[in-house]
Amino acid sequence: MPSTRRAKTSYRRATVEKNTKKGSAPLLDVRNLQTYFKTDEGIVKAVDGISFTLGEGETLGIVGESGSGKSVTNLSIMRLIQSPPGKIVGGEIMFEGKDILLLSEKELRHVRGNEISMIFQDPMTSLNPFLRISTQMVETILLHQKMSKKEALQKSIDMLKLVGIPAAEERVHNYPHQFSGGMRQRVMIAMALSCEAKVLIADEPTTALDVTIQAQILELINELAKKLNTAVILITHDLGVVAGMCDTVCVMYAGKIVEKAKTEDLYASPSHPYTFGLIQSVPRLDKAQDGKLYSIEGQPPNVIDLPECCPFHPRCNKKMDICTYKYPPVKKVGENHEVACWLYADEKEKSST
Amino acid sequence: MSDMNLKKPILEVRDLKQHFPIESGLLLKRQVGAVRAVDGISFDLLPGETLGIVGESGCGKSTTVRAISQLYTPTSGSVILDGLDLLSATKKETLEARKNMQMIFQDPYASLDPRMTVRTIIAEPLEIYKRRGMLDTQMSRNDIENRVEELMERVGLNRAFKNRYPHEFSGGQRQRIGIARALALNPKIILADEPVSALDVSIQSQILNLLHELQKELGLTYIFIAHDLAVIEYISTRVAVMYLGKIMELSRAADLYKNPLHPYTKALLSAAPIPDPVIERKRQRIILTGDVPSPNVERHGCYFYDRCPSRMAKCKENIPQMKRVDEHHEVACFLYE
Repeated sequence: MPSTRRAKTSYRRATVEKNTKKGSAPLLDVRNLQTYFKTDEGIVKAVDGISFTLGEGETLGIVGESGSGKSVTNLSIMRLIQSPPGKIVGGEIMFEGKDILLLSEKELRHVRGNEISMIFQDPMTSLNPFLRISTQMVETILLHQKMSKKEALQKSIDMLKLVGIPAAEERVHNYPHQFSGGMRQRVMIAMALSCEAKVLIADEPTTALDVTIQAQILELINELAKKLNTAVILITHDLGVVAGMCDTVCVMYAGKIVEKAKTEDLYASPSHPYTFGLIQSVPRLDKAQDGKLYSIEGQPPNVIDLPECCPFHPRCNKKMDICTYKYPPVKKVGENHEVACWLYADEKEKSST
Repeated sequence: MSDMNLKKPILEVRDLKQHFPIESGLLLKRQVGAVRAVDGISFDLLPGETLGIVGESGCGKSTTVRAISQLYTPTSGSVILDGLDLLSATKKETLEARKNMQMIFQDPYASLDPRMTVRTIIAEPLEIYKRRGMLDTQMSRNDIENRVEELMERVGLNRAFKNRYPHEFSGGQRQRIGIARALALNPKIILADEPVSALDVSIQSQILNLLHELQKELGLTYIFIAHDLAVIEYISTRVAVMYLGKIMELSRAADLYKNPLHPYTKALLSAAPIPDPVIERKRQRIILTGDVPSPNVERHGCYFYDRCPSRMAKCKENIPQMKRVDEHHEVACFLYE
């Protein structure tokens, strides 16, 4: 795909300039990542040119509806995209100065679970039901760290204690089914943090849980991230969770980041019509609402062979002519606040088509 | 709202219990215990209102509506619809009653038969009652066809999609099909079991608005289940908070959110995140310890005892009864004796 390669190099030059201006490099720097899936009906651009950075100890939220590419983004970071049908066709994922996309399988194994770790949505399907918790945790620790089996077991017990599992010495020898949903998610977190990963990717960690348990788990992730100085990428569709947890938020729609801002700024002045609609359409506990809820009409688009337009335009109440045939440029609307919408583009950019 | 007490309830639920037996043994099965999914609940449903039922998974919300609609055979208690106790009704009477009581289900993927077209799905309730000659007015093939089209338009589906199959629709559209099916027989009561939980945020508000409009237009009464407190607050007139098969608090929606009384309700409300970073970071949370205990054991004390932050000695031995604290607010807790 020669066109993407050209786009990539020009983008790289731009980011290098930005980095030298800023000075320190972030822990994780995703640049123009593109992950496509080949299907019988056409190419699904699940993630289509997204860029973001993650600093040490920072918590980044990725919000979006199902099919917006949140999970694919993070599977791409871990290089867990099954190929075929999936393929990372462009971009770079710089982690501590190395491009994850260029690593060999062996080098990757060192990164996965050790440097970057993951918590999945469903704790039942992501733990092996046939193995005791101890077996699974010791295996993970021994893979990445040089210690004896006994030490590894002790470490597992310590981690389980850290995440608040009572009677950890006995519970470590239990099977996953002997834990409740919330407890299982704690085990997942203990396992994910057992190698002192620098980045923790939490893919909808509380979606399968009840509100009271959700509050416990979020508190736990927050506390541990502070204690161990772990950077967290939190994927969720719940705007309430993001508000409480994250420093920065990326809003995704149809494989693109449509808005990126500090959490306070995003909620105070949502700039993209989609973000605005999303925040408005959630009923809120602290404000009584009567009558109609704000709602975004229509359905999310099919991302197969999406034309070069703003993918949100069929549902947008501020759509203009240009939205229907050209994707908007990313514009700064404030400090650390970026939005991809033609409403904020200047005349020159609009007429350059 | 002040005349609400004067209205005669459309549905009365009294001490409803739904236990599921736990059996053991390979050949000679014997009952070794019971899952007490719903363990004695009572409430009235007034015409035109929306009763929200909220609670964590496993607290018996879904079992409650399924027991009410006689999809399960309740263990004991009574469900009185129009003066008829459904627990002792004949099969024909139950069928007749169900015409007035239809369900919308949570999962828009599993609740529609993938081999039936939208037309067949929506017309099915009509066909069933037509075959038994139990429709209020006789309907010809053409009438049914017209009714299906009318329903599709009403819930916001294009009538041209009549002959399509469920897999051709998105989650939100499928939920609309489910709603059209529930409306087919002109019911008075709709039992909605988490109708928006499986939907995306932007679609969720579309469906909530639709349900709201339909209620106003057709004078429907809803029992609405959700685990999202904000959704419940938005849609409900009154709210019942359930825990381990018991109703802990029952109140007008506005009162419940302004003035929660039961320690569980307080914890539940404080645990629900609010989509505003400024408020969210200042909030004090009541974080409950532990998980929901097993519903398999018989309890002699307050059902919330194990996790309650303000438990007292007497809570362990006595079950608190529902007590009216004011006109629209009832709570089952010894703190308010």
